[in-house]
Amino acid sequence: MPESFFGRIVFILQRYGLSFARGAGVSMLLALIGTAIGCVIGFAVGIVQTIPLHKNDSVLKKLLLKLVKFILNVYVEIFRGTPMMAQAMLIFYGSTALFNIHMSMWFAAIFIVSINTGAYMAETVRGGILSIDPGQTEGAMAIGMTHVQTMTSVILPQALRNIMPQIGNNLIINIKDTCVLSIIGTVELFYTTKGVAGAYYTYFEAFTIAMVIYFIMTFACSRILRYFEGKLDGPDNFDLATTDTLAHTSGMYKYPDKKEEKRHE
Amino acid sequence: MNKEISANKEASILDIHHLSKTFGTHVVLKDIDFSVKSGDVTCIIGASGSGKSTLLRCLNLLETPTSGEVLYHGEDITGAHVNAASYRSHVGMVFQSFNLFNNMNVLKNCMVGQMKVLKKDAETARKNAMLYLDKVGMAPYINAKPRQLSGGQKQRVAIARALAMEPELLLFDEPTSALDPQMVGEVLEVMRTLAREGLTMIIVTHEMAFARDVSSHVVFMADGVIAEEGNPSQLFEHPQNHLTKEFLTRFRNG
Repeated sequence: MPESFFGRIVFILQRYGLSFARGAGVSMLLALIGTAIGCVIGFAVGIVQTIPLHKNDSVLKKLLLKLVKFILNVYVEIFRGTPMMAQAMLIFYGSTALFNIHMSMWFAAIFIVSINTGAYMAETVRGGILSIDPGQTEGAMAIGMTHVQTMTSVILPQALRNIMPQIGNNLIINIKDTCVLSIIGTVELFYTTKGVAGAYYTYFEAFTIAMVIYFIMTFACSRILRYFEGKLDGPDNFDLATTDTLAHTSGMYKYPDKKEEKRHE
Repeated sequence: MNKEISANKEASILDIHHLSKTFGTHVVLKDIDFSVKSGDVTCIIGASGSGKSTLLRCLNLLETPTSGEVLYHGEDITGAHVNAASYRSHVGMVFQSFNLFNNMNVLKNCMVGQMKVLKKDAETARKNAMLYLDKVGMAPYINAKPRQLSGGQKQRVAIARALAMEPELLLFDEPTSALDPQMVGEVLEVMRTLAREGLTMIIVTHEMAFARDVSSHVVFMADGVIAEEGNPSQLFEHPQNHLTKEFLTRFRNG
């Protein structure tokens, strides 16, 4: 075992570099899959929760919608309001004890991260939808678009853009918080590091490595998402269109010239 | 605008009977009656809070009337069984705050309704959109996003978007109230052209000169009722109701 701090770090990396990499990979994979599924759940729940009720709707539809919204509210409040670590214990060990269901560790891990992210994302999506000014909904309704068409063409694309920072937040939180899954035996970065640290009693060195890896993963994700946000915004400039494509001073795009069309007719 | 409609020019497009609207205990509209025939340009004037905008919103079902009926070609559209979306595809609306879709460029704004609601293919929708964008003088701006346009430009795009649906009747809810005087001019110019071409319109406006010059029928509203209505020269030059007189005097001294 080398004497210096850096020497020990190099030593650990040489011995356990692959384990660290594998652990980081598991953390990253769980976070990515969990966030992706969580977003899908969040969008589904958020969209249902913002379905408007009209006076003219039938009683059955009203009751059904209210019931579904109530159930979804219960889901959101319970999973947001209890620790993920406790949920992991309850779901993974509890399901075996009570229902005799033996989940695979991977399934349990993805399930727990997804359903947690979903609960947070539901509120985020709801906020994102509410943040789009109602005028655009009226604008869409006024040209005869239905609720579903308005949502898919007008509201959700803008809501998605507005909640991108929050999706990034969730991804970063998930990269870090998958460490609580070590409690059900998921060999992710934290679990790996604990093992490595215990082997030679090098807690400081091992966790320094873990911290650096965690930071690299979260920072990279945050920058990549920022890049995509910029892409979604589109360019700040636009080119004018013109009937005469040779006259580039006034624009680059051609649109049909009425006079020309008349001549052809 | 098209032959089929001008053929039965005498039949009303819209007939409003005893229309009332209350918000809670607040009565906004009381017993409104009027009708719109093909080619009519009806201007609704009156002080702020007199119920003009609410009336217009009731006509497009953005508000549900509390009582009374709105007949579209003789059929009541206020009932529960009515498909509001399909009705709205025939009766367009232009808003005070433009309400363009911020996630689409100018061209897409004018195409989306045609493609989703009227199920036109992209090429037909694009050609049609270009036709109306050209009419309002916004064809060069097809690649711009709404946030890159001035207020007057946005409103002209909004008018093109409504026209691209080829509505039978177009409702304007104070289309120039959010604009500065120069932009007001450009938007009113477009609307004058539409009126000349025979588009049926109901316009809620504070532009008295425009209402006088363009409309075929003027409705003056005060406190949720129609206080006076008639042809523009009669209503503007010889108002009968004292409320109308007061309102117009205030405008002249303005």
